[in-house]
Amino acid sequence: MSLQIISIILGSLTLASALMVVLSKHPIRSVIYLVVTFFFITSMYIMMNAQFLAIVNMIVYAGAIMVLFLFVLMLLNLNKEMEPMNAKGAQIAAFIAGGSLFLVLITALKDTLILGQTYRQQDNSIGLVKELGNLLFTKYVVAFELTSILFIAAMVGAILLAKREKQIIE
Amino acid sequence: MQAASSIGTSLDFFLFVSFALFTIGAIGAMTRKNMIVLLMCIELMLNAVNLMLVTFSTYYGNGDAQIFVFFTMVVAAAEATVGLSIIIMAYRNLKSIDIDMYNKLKN
Repeated sequence: MSLQIISIILGSLTLASALMVVLSKHPIRSVIYLVVTFFFITSMYIMMNAQFLAIVNMIVYAGAIMVLFLFVLMLLNLNKEMEPMNAKGAQIAAFIAGGSLFLVLITALKDTLILGQTYRQQDNSIGLVKELGNLLFTKYVVAFELTSILFIAAMVGAILLAKREKQIIE
Repeated sequence: MQAASSIGTSLDFFLFVSFALFTIGAIGAMTRKNMIVLLMCIELMLNAVNLMLVTFSTYYGNGDAQIFVFFTMVVAAAEATVGLSIIIMAYRNLKSIDIDMYNKLKN
């Protein structure tokens, strides 16, 4: 019973920090709230016993990607509140569209079999590093190796895109 | 073991949180104008989908979805790198990351 209370608190904190990502004016505050959101999502992975994904989420997302966002924000030197908001009508339309999307998703959830189910205790070990490592290096080994090509392409592309033009050096 | 399985949180709660996160990310992608905040909203939507995949993976007792989440994180890392370098290049050209300044394809 106490686990349910903890999960409800965690879920509401997740949604509150995700709302603050969208609502806060300054981009740096958005990045900080996004890190907080990722920490709460990590706690949900831990509650579902997906330990490997929890660690990877914390290291890769909250660690690496968010630091990258912070570095880019620091490089861009956005010192003034330069972001004008959209028109009021467009904002209201966006909120109506998002709300109806949420309604459709919740209505689709209403009749599913998963409603009220707890996770099965007997195959609780699927999220551990051993099981996922077995799966990753046997069944999905080709995709895992192709990932390295993707990373090399992304690295070369990022360097080429962010490089300064040559005439500045001369 | 049976008593232990009855106190777990129900999985539709995680689905609800993931739907709400996706909606918040979509609303943010529609309302904000800063390009970096747009990229962050996309990351939020990706994380909502990851949470839903992990929930279904826990429900069916199948590890394939968690591998898929791992690859999603890999692709998201690459996407954030390239997207942020595109934003830096765009900022050098126009000195702004307002999304409304980049509507040259419209005309």
